[in-house]
Amino acid sequence: MASLHVLANPARFRRFCQRALPALSALTAVVLLAGLWLALVQSPPDYQQGETVRIMFLHVPSAWLAMAGYALLAVLGASLLVWRHPLAALMARAAAPVGAVFAAVCLLTGSLWGRPMWGTYWVWDARLTSMLLLFFLYLGHIALSRAYDDAERGDRAAAILALVGVINLPVIKFSVDWWNTLHQPASVMKLGGPSIHPAILTPLLVMAVALLLLFVVLVMLRTETEIDRRRLEAAERAS
Amino acid sequence: MNHTPFILAAYVVALIGIGGLLVASLVARARVKRALGMRGLDRR
Repeated sequence: MASLHVLANPARFRRFCQRALPALSALTAVVLLAGLWLALVQSPPDYQQGETVRIMFLHVPSAWLAMAGYALLAVLGASLLVWRHPLAALMARAAAPVGAVFAAVCLLTGSLWGRPMWGTYWVWDARLTSMLLLFFLYLGHIALSRAYDDAERGDRAAAILALVGVINLPVIKFSVDWWNTLHQPASVMKLGGPSIHPAILTPLLVMAVALLLLFVVLVMLRTETEIDRRRLEAAERAS
Repeated sequence: MNHTPFILAAYVVALIGIGGLLVASLVARARVKRALGMRGLDRR
């Protein structure tokens, strides 16, 4: 925890990003290539979904990361509002577009899976609708953080939205249990362990790790840029 | 129904979305670093 506290300083975090990003990017590329090989070449067709199961290797990790990204925004929002954490606002600005892209990938790949499997691209099912709401919450966060001339006001407004919107996360997770949905119930993150065959579970988990690493790389890269952008703005104001 | 176009489309969507964001992020970083450099603020 002490080392995490040290990284709370934007200048130190920026230096940490500059040192860690090359190695982390290389690791991400290796794991992503391995994941794509497992997902597209090595894994067998599913006994029910056939080859279409390969969409799940993108869809499911994207959904997890979209939800985890929003939880991160909420934690950063609380850090900003309660402790006025200097890095929290910058990281939230950096992370929101990343989460929005993963939410969009989840929605679009799910839609492309739904057409051959369910016979439709979209239904107003509780899981799909709550996931669409998460995407709109991300867009709201991005818009609010950029809506004011005073960046601090925008960051605080976006932080409040992040904290209010976090209520949507359990709704997404438990929507398949609370309502009678077309979307299937949880098959990986559930009590009693995953109910997926290892031949399908392995590529899914490797792709999840690869996309998680990509998410972290993107957030670090964008946070470093936000820190530099604030330095540039401060220099412009001073001159 | 042939499922291959749907699988290809899903991977293309992910490539455009995530790859596009990565490229945009790298371009934004390069632009800010260049602006800092022009002001002599590009210390490591």
